[in-house]
Amino acid sequence: MAATQKHMEELTQQAESGDAGGQYLTFMLAGEEYGVEILKVQEIKGWDTATPIPNTPDYVLGVLNLRGAVVPIIDLRKRFSLDSVPYGATTVVIVVKMSHEDQERTVGLVVDAVADVYRLESGEIQPPPDMGGAVHTEFVRGLATVEEKMVILLEVDRLIDFRNMHASAPEAKSPDSEETQAEAEPEG
Amino acid sequence: MSVDVNMAEIAQLFIEESLEGLDIMESGLLNLDLGAADPETMNAIFRAAHSIKGGGATFGFMEISEFAHHVETLLDEMRQGERPVTREGVDLLLQSVDCIRDMIACLASGNVDTARAKELETQLEAMLKQGPGSAAGESESAAAETDTQDAVPQADAGADEAGAGWNIRFRPGPGIFKSCNDPLRMFRELESLGELEVRVVGGADLDFETLEPEECRLGWDLELRTSAGREAVEEVFAWVADECELGLELIPATAADGVPADAQPVAALDEPAVPAKAEPAKTQDNPAGAKPAAKPAAKSAKSAKAASASQETGSIRVNIDKVDALINLVGELVITQSMLSRYNGDFDFTQIQGLREGLTQLSRNTRELQESVMAIRMLPISFAFSRFPRLVRDTGNALGKNVELKLVGENTELDKTVLEKIGDPLVHLVRNSLDHGLETPEERVAAGKPETGILELNAYHEGGNIVIEVIDDGAGINKEKVLAKARDRGLVGPDEQLTDDRINNLIFMAGFSTADEVSDLSGRGVGMDVVRRNIADLGGHVSVQSECGVGSKFTIRLPLTLAILDGQLVRVGKESYIVSLVSIVETIQVCADKVNQIAGESELFKLRDEYLPVLRLHELFGIEADSTRIDDGLLVVAEANGQRVGIFVDDLQEQQQVVIKSLEANYRQMQGISGATILGDGTVALILDVPGLIQLYYDRNGGARHQAAAVA
Repeated sequence: MAATQKHMEELTQQAESGDAGGQYLTFMLAGEEYGVEILKVQEIKGWDTATPIPNTPDYVLGVLNLRGAVVPIIDLRKRFSLDSVPYGATTVVIVVKMSHEDQERTVGLVVDAVADVYRLESGEIQPPPDMGGAVHTEFVRGLATVEEKMVILLEVDRLIDFRNMHASAPEAKSPDSEETQAEAEPEG
Repeated sequence: MSVDVNMAEIAQLFIEESLEGLDIMESGLLNLDLGAADPETMNAIFRAAHSIKGGGATFGFMEISEFAHHVETLLDEMRQGERPVTREGVDLLLQSVDCIRDMIACLASGNVDTARAKELETQLEAMLKQGPGSAAGESESAAAETDTQDAVPQADAGADEAGAGWNIRFRPGPGIFKSCNDPLRMFRELESLGELEVRVVGGADLDFETLEPEECRLGWDLELRTSAGREAVEEVFAWVADECELGLELIPATAADGVPADAQPVAALDEPAVPAKAEPAKTQDNPAGAKPAAKPAAKSAKSAKAASASQETGSIRVNIDKVDALINLVGELVITQSMLSRYNGDFDFTQIQGLREGLTQLSRNTRELQESVMAIRMLPISFAFSRFPRLVRDTGNALGKNVELKLVGENTELDKTVLEKIGDPLVHLVRNSLDHGLETPEERVAAGKPETGILELNAYHEGGNIVIEVIDDGAGINKEKVLAKARDRGLVGPDEQLTDDRINNLIFMAGFSTADEVSDLSGRGVGMDVVRRNIADLGGHVSVQSECGVGSKFTIRLPLTLAILDGQLVRVGKESYIVSLVSIVETIQVCADKVNQIAGESELFKLRDEYLPVLRLHELFGIEADSTRIDDGLLVVAEANGQRVGIFVDDLQEQQQVVIKSLEANYRQMQGISGATILGDGTVALILDVPGLIQLYYDRNGGARHQAAAVA
């Protein structure tokens, strides 16, 4: 993991000095490859048991101690309503920075495995296809094809609901999560 | 002032000090007795205005400096007793204070709006032109009074004008030439102030062989016969203040002009501190020396405390004792550390006793250190109270009500963050009391009360909380009106019977106002719920007690600090939660037969004479508990908002102090949870928010709420 981290740091530096085209860290989730903007990624760490927070959606696994900061952890499989699998040796937490209302928050995403880093020019990224009114594409920033494979680029900031919760009932499962998955399938 | 000092930083210093100065002026002006002004206060106000003027000019804020100059002139006349202290004068000065404050606030953006300043300037000038003569009779009597009562201002002025002058001891550092400062030029400047006599000191040990021409090896003693004040003299040396030793000594004025014999020693005593200070900006106090020098010193220490009450500045002024205590503790910590490090190498079990002792000491050091660090963040509540005399005066005037403000417990300390955030809710409550609570003089007389209403702000510590009360002896809350309104709005069911306290506390609900007319001050119905929410955000609670016709008392309870909490760990299933020790009343084990169910839903148990609802944490949080049988677990009896509940948990674990981490920083607020903390083993534990839990419980149980509340 340390090697990955070092590798990433180099790439981050490149990305910072680089041109408009972004670099994306990709990871695997139920056989699909997803990408997040590398500048949003703070670190990658191994899976560790989180302290559950009551009355939160099931995809919020809880909070972890990340060097003194209390950081929420999201299971992306559950977020996208994919089947859960037991966490294994490759299961990692990608710690990303999300911005919400001018505030930056640190959140961990549990994924099956990290995959690769790609540089994508803005021309290579297609907008998510219109799947009809019923399908939400709020998590998807766009699609890209790398070496004949499709990579789904995620809009990191929308993965978690930061609105203060005063309502007592657990939040209903997001209706769009299944559709997000659905829209990934036709091309994959 | 060395060249490398960042000007922006110094300008910031100026702004901070000016704001402090304005606070001093404001509180001083409010304390002035019309007619017979206390010379001490007058001097303090004058000094503050003078510093602002000087500072403004130094940093090129000419608008402020010019405006302050007019203010200063008016103040000077009042101070000298040439002009009576009239209500108009004080009002105008107060407006000027506001104006300067606005101008300083505008400095950051760069555009100082001078329109208002110009207008006030004209008024000031008009008042000055009017001259003291127009109010001759008053003026004379006032002046006479000042004369007889207290010779100090006269003496002060006398010392100023008698032209006694200054003995100046000037010992520049060797590098003074290199920073482009020429003593000769400074002496010329001094000469422009009055008659100057210069004696060279030192130089005897100079050896031509080793002489470094670029180094200054001489010192000077100067005798300046002048009427200029200390500041004028110090200003000449301002640019070399941190590169030289400078001693200023007042030459005693030629007797018989009323300066007390102790005047000079006072000034001299005060001296040693002055040359040591690096920034010239700091030496601005004690203008005309003489007697006021002693008290102002004490006063400026106090005023430093009253500083920047309302502003949320990033900096903090800390009592030097607290810092010393901290340094002391760090010293002890280092000793403990070195003691423990002995065991680092080869350790055998014969040493275990020593190791234990060391660890005990370490934990003691840590705790003390923590307390000391927290103490640094603690400030007296007077910072929040300081704005009220002005506010009450202005609001009272606007409403035509006579109000006497009483401040009690101003030295009660609380955390800086809490302090900064409590200001606005307090203002709201005070305004509310002024507007709705207190009656007009006529109404008061009609009700058989004294004409002047009393508004009291009272702060004290109670347990781990600070309690702030806003008490007025006004009309109180009209319960029928409140209840009718609440029914009208559908906040209370038509048949519901409420206790008096519950009715009173209805005013904290959103969209609720009983004012018949919306006024500038309040009555829009957005006030009290905001107050309640702001206070709740601080982990506090507000309630009101009121008796119609007698008055109201708003009570705010706040935690002393937001950062650390004495907690009790409780366990439910596999999860551990922390309950604030302050909110726990007791912990008991109850038999199942003591627990009753109401309508098969809410459980109540009987604790002595009270029926308390049972909050099952596992149900509220949807987690697995070891057992759901009431006699297997424990009930933690907790109190919040004056209500007691029993929280059902599996087990109690240890008690410990925990550092509160916000859940909101990276996630969001959760009902029933006030934050998180990191335990000794690195895992995260959630901190329970008892009032939130109670709310959660009622929300879940919906209709059961009022039954439970009524019985409880």
